[in-house]
Amino acid sequence: MLQLEARPQASSFWRYASPVAALAITLLLSALLFVALGKDPVRGLQIFLIEPFNGTRAITELALKSTALALCALGLALCFRSNVWNIGAEGQFLAGGMAAGGAAMWLTMEKTGISNWAFFPIATIAGALGGAAWASITAVLKDRFNASEILVSLMLVYVANLLLSYLVFGPWKDPKGFNFPQTVTFNMAIPRLMAGFRLHWGAVVALLLALTMWVFMSRTFKGYQLQVSGQAPAASRYAGFSARSTLWTCMLTSGAFAGVAGAYEVTGPMGQLTPYVSVGYGFTAIIVAFVGRLHPVGCVAASVLLSMFLIGGQLAQSRIGLPAALTGLFQGILLFSLLACDTLINHRIRLKAAK
Amino acid sequence: MISPRLQLAGITKAYPGVVANRDVSLRVEPGEIHAVLGENGAGKSTLMKIIYGAAQPDSGSMAVDGVPALPGNPQAARALGISMVFQHFSLFDTLTVAENVWLGLSKSETLASVTQRVADTAQAYGLDIDPARHVHSLSVGQMQRVEIIRALLTHPKILILDEPTSVLTPQAVDKLFVVLRQLSASGCSILYISHKLHEIRALCTACTVLRGGVVTGVCNPAEESNASLSRLMIGKEPPALQRSPVKPGAAVLKVTALSLPREDQFGCDLEAITLSVCAGEVVGIAGVSGNGQKELMLALSGENPHAPAGSIRMKNGATDADVSCSGPIERRKLGLHFVPEERLGRGAVPAHSLSLNMLLTRSEALSSRGLAGGWISMRALSKQAQKIIERFGVNAGGPQALAKSLSGGNLQKFIMGREIDAQPKLLIVSQPTWGVDVGAAAQIRSELLALAAQGCAVLVVSEEIDELFEISSRLYVISKGRLSPSIDRNDATVEQIGLWMSGLWDADQTQAQLQSEASHAAA
Repeated sequence: MLQLEARPQASSFWRYASPVAALAITLLLSALLFVALGKDPVRGLQIFLIEPFNGTRAITELALKSTALALCALGLALCFRSNVWNIGAEGQFLAGGMAAGGAAMWLTMEKTGISNWAFFPIATIAGALGGAAWASITAVLKDRFNASEILVSLMLVYVANLLLSYLVFGPWKDPKGFNFPQTVTFNMAIPRLMAGFRLHWGAVVALLLALTMWVFMSRTFKGYQLQVSGQAPAASRYAGFSARSTLWTCMLTSGAFAGVAGAYEVTGPMGQLTPYVSVGYGFTAIIVAFVGRLHPVGCVAASVLLSMFLIGGQLAQSRIGLPAALTGLFQGILLFSLLACDTLINHRIRLKAAK
Repeated sequence: MISPRLQLAGITKAYPGVVANRDVSLRVEPGEIHAVLGENGAGKSTLMKIIYGAAQPDSGSMAVDGVPALPGNPQAARALGISMVFQHFSLFDTLTVAENVWLGLSKSETLASVTQRVADTAQAYGLDIDPARHVHSLSVGQMQRVEIIRALLTHPKILILDEPTSVLTPQAVDKLFVVLRQLSASGCSILYISHKLHEIRALCTACTVLRGGVVTGVCNPAEESNASLSRLMIGKEPPALQRSPVKPGAAVLKVTALSLPREDQFGCDLEAITLSVCAGEVVGIAGVSGNGQKELMLALSGENPHAPAGSIRMKNGATDADVSCSGPIERRKLGLHFVPEERLGRGAVPAHSLSLNMLLTRSEALSSRGLAGGWISMRALSKQAQKIIERFGVNAGGPQALAKSLSGGNLQKFIMGREIDAQPKLLIVSQPTWGVDVGAAAQIRSELLALAAQGCAVLVVSEEIDELFEISSRLYVISKGRLSPSIDRNDATVEQIGLWMSGLWDADQTQAQLQSEASHAAA
């Protein structure tokens, strides 16, 4: 009989092996799913695992999506480590997109003729401010009225979505746009990494921010304080660390990070605001953060994995006619397998003779 | 020959990483009060769980009245006539005594008949309790009586009591002993788990001593001395404490009329607490836990910075500051360090290494404080932790060992070391030796005395009266959120402190107050 038994000490091996095992389980289940759907599992897995890396264009597209995911996930990892449950990165992403999009729209309409490189910091700052402002609503409500940040941040996602719709259907609509719900096409964009590909310098910013976050969490006193409040709130109170400061630091940082991701998406590949700015980056980033073990470097790696699923899902739709819901399904399987495998960090399986 | 009431032979039980019981044997005669003595972690609780069916041994046998039986669960144990009163009560505050008892009985009985049975049992054993009272209005001693009555209603042949006196005043302990002796006279065997030697010597007629999961001795405690029992329990006698008379200096902490409403529903309001602690003295606060100690500690440490302005003042050299509303960091700057009773999760972060845990209250390893709170030097931190591990003899795998991997006593030594090493002007310690083995407890007490000898003001809150008598020079008693006047240790007796623990410290003053109130009412 198999029995689950508590380990005397958490296994550091399984801490890192668990995501790998979860991925293996996910692939196995996916293959079974392809068979059940009457498709060739080898072809199916090829579309998910190989095609997203096939050629420069595919790789840059993968990196583009990873950038958005990684930026959102970095902020979320900080929050989750600090016991602040911001699950509304999607809303903060949209708010950042609106702020940067609004700035770009204004600069376009005023015919400023600003260069892409000059626009880059403007888009970054506008996005960060927009996202942070949106997150601060959650922080204020939690701080003043002790409202659950989980519910508030989640519900604000829908508010952000409606606000975006209002803007592009109403005041921000392109007057010469044949009444389509979209703004003017911006006549500047954040600079691209390589001519001919959509990948932009924001990817480099994301990598730098991941490194900064790593150093912040592991080597600064503020980062330490945040983690203490996450792991042992009573110890944090005993030490005299401010719970309010934790809340605000986490919400503003993660809001700003998600906002920058939104800003880069709008002022990079999109080039205008439409009602469809996000493909759920903010929500997928929650999975990224956990698959990445709430570690900045892990988040970057996990963002590549999850964007592989995003792209694979799109390809599966066009190449072998599978439904678009498949991506969400795979993400779900991955998250559940991970949670199941995480059991092995604190437990081990023992064979016991039946009594 | 009559077979023993309970016999255990060769009981072995291993948990991952530790063998809790190894080849343990135990023999309890009918009507015997049998002590199971051992330090924390000696395997007492595991053994009782096995007898009560809450855990299964890996090997070994058990027999009740000569009939082999190994209960698979507590229901089976109760069917065998085994009852247990746990250290932590399982009573519903909002129900009456009778209703609480009723919950554990078969559904066929009516509340009226249960009420009658509770009253009868209470009468028969002198357990003074009103079945119609709500549990929240009872004292802790009375709640324990409810648990005992609940156990007695099943007519047990064997009654297990787990550390029953840890929550009682000395007077309540005496009352409990009367009840237990009466029970034993009626033929019920009692297993009495404790680490308090004088109680065992006063009450029990047989004793099995456990150390490290192994039986180290079976004896008649009345014929033993405290020293010989503790030798069996810890393998050596605890070192005698060195107390040197210190002339107290200026008052470092002055609390004046501190009143503070409770933070949570089941807390205790503080009422006009007045106390002072001078440099060079150890001051003790006695009391049964749950009488406002927690709230007082939160207010003194700064974790609850909502004390009325002017109620808490600290003096450090020339500075005399009102700290009523300042947080722990500001108070630490003035030299106030605090060791809380919860080590894991409050005094230390369980999943962090010992060196990272230094940062909770110490900031020496931080540089360039402006940026993100400062830069952590891991090397300096690790050195600092290593120093404390060495100086205080902490048994740990080194500065990188996780706090949760340490035993209670070792973690307490580390936390005490961290705060003592900061050279505080005022050290406040809550329950310094809770769950700590005898050797570590002796070391902690002597460290506290040494610190006071160096001129630090020390305030100790403890449930253990013996401990307070051992180390403090003055005592206060806390009861229902009120604090007694201070009494010199040499003038105090255990009996008197015990009475004070029920709030009866100033009968004259109370009477005078009543009279003045009466005259007010008349006027």
